[in-house]
Amino acid sequence: MSKKYDAGVKEYRDTYWTPDYVPLDTDLLACFKCTGQEGVPKEEVAAAVAAESSTGTWSTVWSELLTDLDFYKGRAYRIEDVPGDKESFYAFIAYPLDLFEEGSVTNVLTSLVGNVFGFKALRHLRLEDIRFPMAFIKTCMGPPNGIQVERDRMNKYGRPLLGCTIKPKLGLSGKNYGRVVYECLRGGLDFTKDDENINSQPFQRWQNRFEFVAEAVRSAQEETGEKKGHYLNCTAATPEEMYERAEFAKELGQPIIMHDYITGGFTANTGLAKWCRKNGMLLHIHRAMHAVIDRHPKHGIHFRVLAKCLRLSGGDQLHTGTVVGKLEGDRQSTLGYIDQLRESFVPEDRSRGNFFDQDWGSMGGVFAVASGGIHVWHMPALVAIFGDDSVLQFGGGTHGHPWGSAAGAAANRVALEACVKARNAGREIEREGRDILTEAAKHSPELAIALETWKEIKFEFDTVDKLDVQ
Amino acid sequence: MPFKSTVGDYQTVATLETFGFLPPMTQDEIYDQIAYIIAQGWSPLVEHVHPSRSMATYWSYWKLPFFGEKDLSVIVNELEACHRAYPDHHVRLVGYDAYTQSQGSCFVVFEGR
Repeated sequence: MSKKYDAGVKEYRDTYWTPDYVPLDTDLLACFKCTGQEGVPKEEVAAAVAAESSTGTWSTVWSELLTDLDFYKGRAYRIEDVPGDKESFYAFIAYPLDLFEEGSVTNVLTSLVGNVFGFKALRHLRLEDIRFPMAFIKTCMGPPNGIQVERDRMNKYGRPLLGCTIKPKLGLSGKNYGRVVYECLRGGLDFTKDDENINSQPFQRWQNRFEFVAEAVRSAQEETGEKKGHYLNCTAATPEEMYERAEFAKELGQPIIMHDYITGGFTANTGLAKWCRKNGMLLHIHRAMHAVIDRHPKHGIHFRVLAKCLRLSGGDQLHTGTVVGKLEGDRQSTLGYIDQLRESFVPEDRSRGNFFDQDWGSMGGVFAVASGGIHVWHMPALVAIFGDDSVLQFGGGTHGHPWGSAAGAAANRVALEACVKARNAGREIEREGRDILTEAAKHSPELAIALETWKEIKFEFDTVDKLDVQ
Repeated sequence: MPFKSTVGDYQTVATLETFGFLPPMTQDEIYDQIAYIIAQGWSPLVEHVHPSRSMATYWSYWKLPFFGEKDLSVIVNELEACHRAYPDHHVRLVGYDAYTQSQGSCFVVFEGR
């Protein structure tokens, strides 16, 4: 039946609040934490969010009647209290699949976290989680290689991988930089990493860095008999330059490149991921700028959403925080989103911050990267928290060793292997961590010195963003 | 920073991936690792190669993967039989995971010379 045009401003909830709606398997579902302006009813806030992130405009417009808007609109279908918080609530919204372009994470985010975040009826708004329907997931390529292929390429099995960022992060010449890479890799690391700030600065142009690093990787590989790699940062000012760097890394026979997916942008990231699939290259993903977006408990986007978006956009490794180091991260919440990176199905579990069942189907998994302010004493906890499908990266904890980076690398490798061996033998490595490390240090002077060097350092600040649980 | 005589020299070592930085395992420690592989539901598998080819992706299988084998002593005997047959080869034990088509565990038990 056709409708009549009735100009003016309607309440959002008349159209967009549909508590009886049963979401379809093909709907994209979102959970927002909403904090409305005083006096605005919850249903109206939820409906406004649904409207402004889908088909709605503040005023009724005649051209709406040219289509069947009920088919395309987002629907607020549920409201829930936030435990321990009187002023905020969760709004659950279902979006029909046809609102989004196939394979475009960019398009999903433009809708869901676009204009609505500046909406005046809201004081704060935070996107807590998205349930991507299988019908959308199947249109995305996802990780270029995935965990299994990366292990096969790098010949690393039965343990977490070990890496470190080259320091100082800025100011080294290409040749000196390659030296530090060589020291770390010959000492027993699997990977070294360009700092995210390293692109192509005057003190070290990218081509020069790539050449010296390639030689360092080759030498370390020949001398140790193990597979090695260095994440060559291809993040650049334009996509054209990004691809040029990726091509050169391939020409040099390197196994892995790197991209900063938030500052670089989702479109660039998805493009580079596709290039990596086509060219047999692993892709390491850094996440600079994430804390600007995900740290405030009431505003922005939770990192679990950014992690899910990265898995769809494509990457083989993603930084997730360390739980135990110098950077923010609650343990349960971190476990919740590393599941989203690695598992094929993740059930709803509020104690881990997962608001929906999420089926990933056949999409490849992403290694969780723990990096920042960690050292050998953290090793037992890191192995227990992150498990084997992770990359543990010690920057200061490698280069800060009194004998230099090679010895620092060896200390970390011994500690890692001792923890894995003890875990496999059935020991509780977090509780028995001190004994396990002390025992291992008897066979490794490098580890003994590392244990002595970092024995006093702790990072005990409370987490700013906590899960809302009773 | 003046040079300190306490600085040691780190010598690069040729290693064989996982557990390459630990001292050789005792018989009991190897048992523990085999028990872990079996407890995970993985299939034990023995592979060997001449040291000159240690970086190759494909090492030779010793027989076939021991699909479904739950008996620790069977695996220990196979490891030793492989080592006796190829005394100059590296011999490694793999925990093969058919679900991920990957290796949940993999380490060298006997080093060849």
